[in-house]
Amino acid sequence: MLKRKQAPSDTAFLLTITISMFVVIYILSIMFLGDKGFNKIQMLFNLFNENAALIVIACGLTVVMITGSIDISVGGVTALICTSCIVCLNKYDFNFFTALILALAIGLAFGAVQGFLIAYLEMQPFIVTLAGMFLGRGLVALIEVNQIQVDNKGFELLSGARIEIPFLGDINKKGVFIQSKLEYGVVVALIIVFVMLWLLKKTNLGRSFYAVGGNSQSALTLGINVKKTRFNAHLLCGLLAGIGGFLYLFHTRSGSVQQATGLEMDAISASIIGGTLLTGGVGNILGTLFGVLINGLVLLVVTAIGNQDPWWPQITRAGMLCFFIVLQSIICSRKKK
Amino acid sequence: MQNILLTMKNIYKSFPGVRALQNVDFTLCEGEIHALMGENGAGKSTLIKVLTGVYSKDAGEIHIKGVDKPINVKSPQEAHKLGISTVYQEISLCPNLTVTENLFIGRNEDLLVNWKKCNKKAESILESLKIPAKPGQQLSNCSIAVQQMVAIARAVDMDCKVLILDEPTSSLDEQEVAKLFSLMRELKSRGVGIIFVTHFLEQMYEICDKVTVLRGGELVGEYQVSELPMVELVAKMMGKELGDLANIQNKGKLNAESSKEIIVEAEGLASDRGIKPFDFKAHKGEVTGFAGLLGSGRSECVRAIFGADRVIKGRLKIKGEEASITSPLKAMKKGIGYLPEDRQRDGIIGDLSVRDNIILALQTMRGFFRPFTKSQAQAFAEEYINILGIKTASADTPVSSLSGGNQQKVILARWLLTHPDYLILDEPTRGIDIGTKVEIQRLVLKLASEGMSITFISSEIEEMLRTCSRLIVMRDLQVVGELEGDDMTQDKIMYTIAGVSK
Amino acid sequence: MAKNNKKADTHHEVSAMKKIIKHKLFIPIVFLMFLLLINIFIKPGFLRISLGKDSSGNPVLIGNIINILNNATELVILAIGMTLVTSSSKGQDISVGSTIAIVGGVIMRVICGNETQPTRLMAPIIVALILGCLAGMACGAFNGILVAKFNIQPMVATLILFTAGRSIGSMAMGGLKPKAVASFGYYGNFIPGFPIPTPIIITIVVVAITFLVLKKTNLGLYTRAVGINDKSSRLNGLSPARIKFLTYVIMGFCVGIAGFVQSSRVQTVNPYTIVPGIEMDAILAVALGGNSLGGGTLNMAGSIIGAYTIQTLTSMLTTLNVNTNAVPVFKAVIIIILVAIQTPTVKKFFSSKVPLSKLATNNGKERG
Repeated sequence: MLKRKQAPSDTAFLLTITISMFVVIYILSIMFLGDKGFNKIQMLFNLFNENAALIVIACGLTVVMITGSIDISVGGVTALICTSCIVCLNKYDFNFFTALILALAIGLAFGAVQGFLIAYLEMQPFIVTLAGMFLGRGLVALIEVNQIQVDNKGFELLSGARIEIPFLGDINKKGVFIQSKLEYGVVVALIIVFVMLWLLKKTNLGRSFYAVGGNSQSALTLGINVKKTRFNAHLLCGLLAGIGGFLYLFHTRSGSVQQATGLEMDAISASIIGGTLLTGGVGNILGTLFGVLINGLVLLVVTAIGNQDPWWPQITRAGMLCFFIVLQSIICSRKKK
Repeated sequence: MQNILLTMKNIYKSFPGVRALQNVDFTLCEGEIHALMGENGAGKSTLIKVLTGVYSKDAGEIHIKGVDKPINVKSPQEAHKLGISTVYQEISLCPNLTVTENLFIGRNEDLLVNWKKCNKKAESILESLKIPAKPGQQLSNCSIAVQQMVAIARAVDMDCKVLILDEPTSSLDEQEVAKLFSLMRELKSRGVGIIFVTHFLEQMYEICDKVTVLRGGELVGEYQVSELPMVELVAKMMGKELGDLANIQNKGKLNAESSKEIIVEAEGLASDRGIKPFDFKAHKGEVTGFAGLLGSGRSECVRAIFGADRVIKGRLKIKGEEASITSPLKAMKKGIGYLPEDRQRDGIIGDLSVRDNIILALQTMRGFFRPFTKSQAQAFAEEYINILGIKTASADTPVSSLSGGNQQKVILARWLLTHPDYLILDEPTRGIDIGTKVEIQRLVLKLASEGMSITFISSEIEEMLRTCSRLIVMRDLQVVGELEGDDMTQDKIMYTIAGVSK
Repeated sequence: MAKNNKKADTHHEVSAMKKIIKHKLFIPIVFLMFLLLINIFIKPGFLRISLGKDSSGNPVLIGNIINILNNATELVILAIGMTLVTSSSKGQDISVGSTIAIVGGVIMRVICGNETQPTRLMAPIIVALILGCLAGMACGAFNGILVAKFNIQPMVATLILFTAGRSIGSMAMGGLKPKAVASFGYYGNFIPGFPIPTPIIITIVVVAITFLVLKKTNLGLYTRAVGINDKSSRLNGLSPARIKFLTYVIMGFCVGIAGFVQSSRVQTVNPYTIVPGIEMDAILAVALGGNSLGGGTLNMAGSIIGAYTIQTLTSMLTTLNVNTNAVPVFKAVIIIILVAIQTPTVKKFFSSKVPLSKLATNNGKERG
C-alpha cells in the first residue's frame, strides 16, 4: 500500500540550495577575485543598486506564478512607466509624487485588466500578458520614439541621493576611506520584500495564493473564491510592476522603446531559481530575492574573471537556469512516485 | 428509537442516456455509521453528489434535522452551511499548506488571520480527535491517512452533522485504517451521522451499523449490518438475472473445450502497480474473465499483459513463443488488443473525429510513414459504424460529442479493426445503456465463436457468467481462485470473493 | 481554400452557408481579406505588381503583395514548426528568435571563416545550410528532451535557450561581425535574372513539403492524439515522449531554414538584434490560425494564413506611417479580441450568435 516518506518540504530544500549557492559563489569570488573589487562592500551595495527594480518586479511574478499563472507584460509595463513618467516630468511639471502615482496607476491598470481577462474570462495567461507586453511597448513608441532623459531638477535631486551608513566603506588604493553608497530604491525594494514575505506567509490572501496554485479544485471546496484570488494575484503583480517600473526610472533616469527588454524573463528565471514552480503552489519571496542576486552576481563574476568575450554572462546564467529547472523536475517526478 | 438526522426520499436523477438514480430512499440517524454500497455505476457517487449539491436532483425530497422545509442544496458550499461535509478519496485539501491552514483557510474573508490563535485551536482539535499531526506541519508531509483525518477534523470543526466519507480507505494500510476507524467511533459518540462509502466488505462489517445497497441506480434495500451475512451482501450488490439478458446463451464454453491452442500464457507476472504474481492462460476461441470487486486488481492484471504498466516479474508467452512486452505497441504487434477501464481518461481521444479514433490503433501498427488515405480510413470507419451500429452524425464528428455507449463502440471498433488474436475488454459495459450492453455481450460471444480469444471483465457478475467460460477470481490484488464449467455459479463466485470456503 | 467558394445548391443554400461559416479556416481567411480590403482602400495601388530593375539592372518584381509575401517568409516557416509544437506539447517554444541567432551565427562562421570582409565563400552554401539546420535541430532536440523526457512546461524549458541563444550565436561567430560576399545574398533577395524574390520560392517549397509530410505520414494524427490525450495515445501504441521530441526537432529544422533566409537578406548577422520578438509573432500566428494554444489542434493552413495576416497588418501600419515600434499596440488589440471571443464565458454571453469557438474544431455536433 502507499506510504509517504517523510521528507523536508520541497520549498525549503530548493530555497536552501539557492541561498547556499549564492553564499558559496560570493565567498569564492571574495577569495579569488578580491582584487577585482569583490572584497569591497560597495560591490555588494552595487549588486543591490543595480537590481532593486528587478527584485520588486520578480516578487510580483513570484506571486502570479504561485497561483499557477504567468505575467510576461512586466518588461513592457516598465518601459511604458519610464517613458510616460519622463514625458510628464519634463513637459507637464509633474513632481516626484505625481509621477509615482502615475506609475502605480499604469501598473494597477495593467494588472486589473489582465487579471480580469485571466480570472473571470478564463483566457490563457500567456496570451493575455503577451498582449499586455505588446501594448506596453507599443504605447511607448506612440508616446515617444526616441530615447529620452529626465529633465526635472527635483526628481534628479531625489534620484541622485544616496544613503551612507557610518563606518561602512572601503579603503581605496591611496588609503583614503570611501563611504559605501546605497540607493534609496534598495530600501524600498527590501521593504517590499519584507511586506511580501509577511503577506504570503501570514495573511489569508497570501495563503489563498498557495491554495489556488496548489490545487484550485481543492481550494474551491475549501471555500476560497478562486477567481477573486487569481484576480488579486494579477492586481498585486501589476502594483509591484508599477513600483518596480518607478524604481527602474529612479535608477536609470531614462526611457526608450527598447528599455527593459527581456526584463520579464529575467524576473521569471529569478523566481524559478528561487524555487518557484511554474506549475503553481510552490515558491517563496526569499528565494526570489536570492534568485535575482545570484543572477546579478554571476554577471559580475563572469565579467570580472576577465574573459573578454561578451557572451559568457548570459550563457552562464542560462546554464544555471537549466540546472535549477532540471533539479525541480527531478524533485517533482520523485514526489509523484 | 434514534433521532433521524437526514432523509432522502424518492430521489431521481438522470443524465443524457443514463438513468443514474431511480426512486432511491436513504435515511441516516444521529450517531450512526451507515454504509453505502454497490458496484460501479450503482449510483453511490451520484447519490452523494446530489446530497452535497454537486448535481441537482430531478425529483425527490431531502430533509435534514433542524430545517423544517425540504432543503434544496445548490452547491458544496451550501451543503457545508447545512452541516453536510464530504471527505473524498482524493484528498480535497491543499497539500502545499500547513495543517492549521488547511483547517482554517477559506472560512472567512478577513485579510488578516491570527495564525497563533489558529495554531492553538488546531492543536486542541488535533489532540481531542487524537490525530497524530503538528499544526505547523506541511500537509504533504503527513501520511494519506492523517491528511484524511485532517479533512475530517476540518469538517467536524465546522459543525457538520452529516459526514460523508467517500472511499476513504482505498489507499490506506491496515494500521492507518484502524486509526481512521477509531476517529470515526469518536465522532459517532459525539452524535455525528457518518455515511461511509466503500467497496471493502470486511471494513464495512467492522465499523458500520447499517448498510444501504444500491444497484443500477435503484435501491436494493437497507439492512442492519449484524443481520446480513457477507455472502448475501455480495449477492445483493451483484444482483440477479435481468430479464432482457437471459436469452443470451454461452456458446463459448463449447469452443473452449474443443480448442487447446494457447494464445496467451502468463507465468508469475507482476507489475509495478502492486499485483501479486499471477498465472494465466487464454485459449483460442475462449472467453475468460477476471472476477472480483472494484480495486481487487483485475484491471492491473490485464494491464500487465498488455504492457500498459511496467512488468517487474514473470514471463509472458504468446502462441507458445516467449515475448517481452515492454510497451503497448509491442503487445499490439503480437496481436493483443485492450479496451481500457476508464473510457474518458484512457480510451477515447476526445477532440479527434470518430474516424481517426477508429483507425488509430491499426494506424500505429502500420507505421508512421504509411498513413491510410482518407478514403481508406473513411471506408474502415463506415464499415465499423455500420457493423456496430454506432450512432454518429458522421465519421467526422468529434468522438467526445457521442454518448457513452457509442464512445465505447468506437473504441471497440478500433480494436476489432486490428483483428487481434487476443482481445481484452475491461469493463466494456460500464455506464452504458442496457441495449448496448446486450449488443456488446452478443458480439463477444460471436467473436469467440470465430476463434478470437477474449478476456472480459465486468462488475456485473451475470454478465461474466453469461459470456465467460472460465473465471479467475481476485481479491486484494491477488488471484484467489479459478472457476470453470459447473463451478461457475453466482454462489461459488461470491463465496470465493468473500473468502469463505464451502 | 477552394472549399469555401463552392457554389451552393439553392436547396441547401442555408446549410452550405453554415458549412462555410463553420469551416475552420473561415475566421482566419475573413480576417486576412478584411485587412487586404483596408489596404486597398487606403492605398489604391496596393494590388499592383510591376516588373522593375534593381540596382544592378536585373529584372525584379515590385509590389506591396510581393513585399508581404517576401517579408513573411521567416514567420510562415516558424509558424509551421510552432503549430506542431503547440499541438503536441500544449505549450509554445519561446526560444525560436534566439535559436535563429545561433543558426545565423553558425552560417556566418561557416561562410566567412575568421574574416570580417571575405572576398569569397569559405565553404559551399549548401554546407552552411546543412550545418545551420543541424544547429537548429540540436537546439530543438535540447528543448525536446527537457519537455518530453523531464516533463518541463515548454515555456520554462525554452526559457533556457531564450536566455542563452543570442550569446551562443555571438560565440559561434567568434565575436566578429562579418559581411558575407554578395552571392550569399541570393537566398534572401533575388537570384540575378530571376524576378521572383527567392524567399517566396523557399516559402513555397517549405509549405509544399509540410503538406506533403502531413499527407504522406501520420505526423498530424499522432501529434494531435498526443496533444489531446497522451494517456490513451500510449495505450494505442504511440510514444508521447518520442512524438513531442520529434515536433521540437522539426521546429528546430524550421528555425534552421528561417535563420538561413534571414542571414542571407543582408549577408550579415547581429545575433543580439536579429529578428527581435519573432517568437511572439509566431505564437500569435498559431493562435490567429484557429489553433488552441492548449494543444490538440493542428490547423496548419490557418497558421500560415495567420502569419501572412500579421505581415499584412505590419505592412498596412507602415503605409499609414505608424512607427514600427508602435505596431504591437494593434497586435495586442487583435489578440485580445480574437482570443476573447473564443472563451467560454464570452461565448455563453453571445450564445445566440454563431458559436465562434466551434469554428475551429467542431463540425456539426450531435449526440448519438
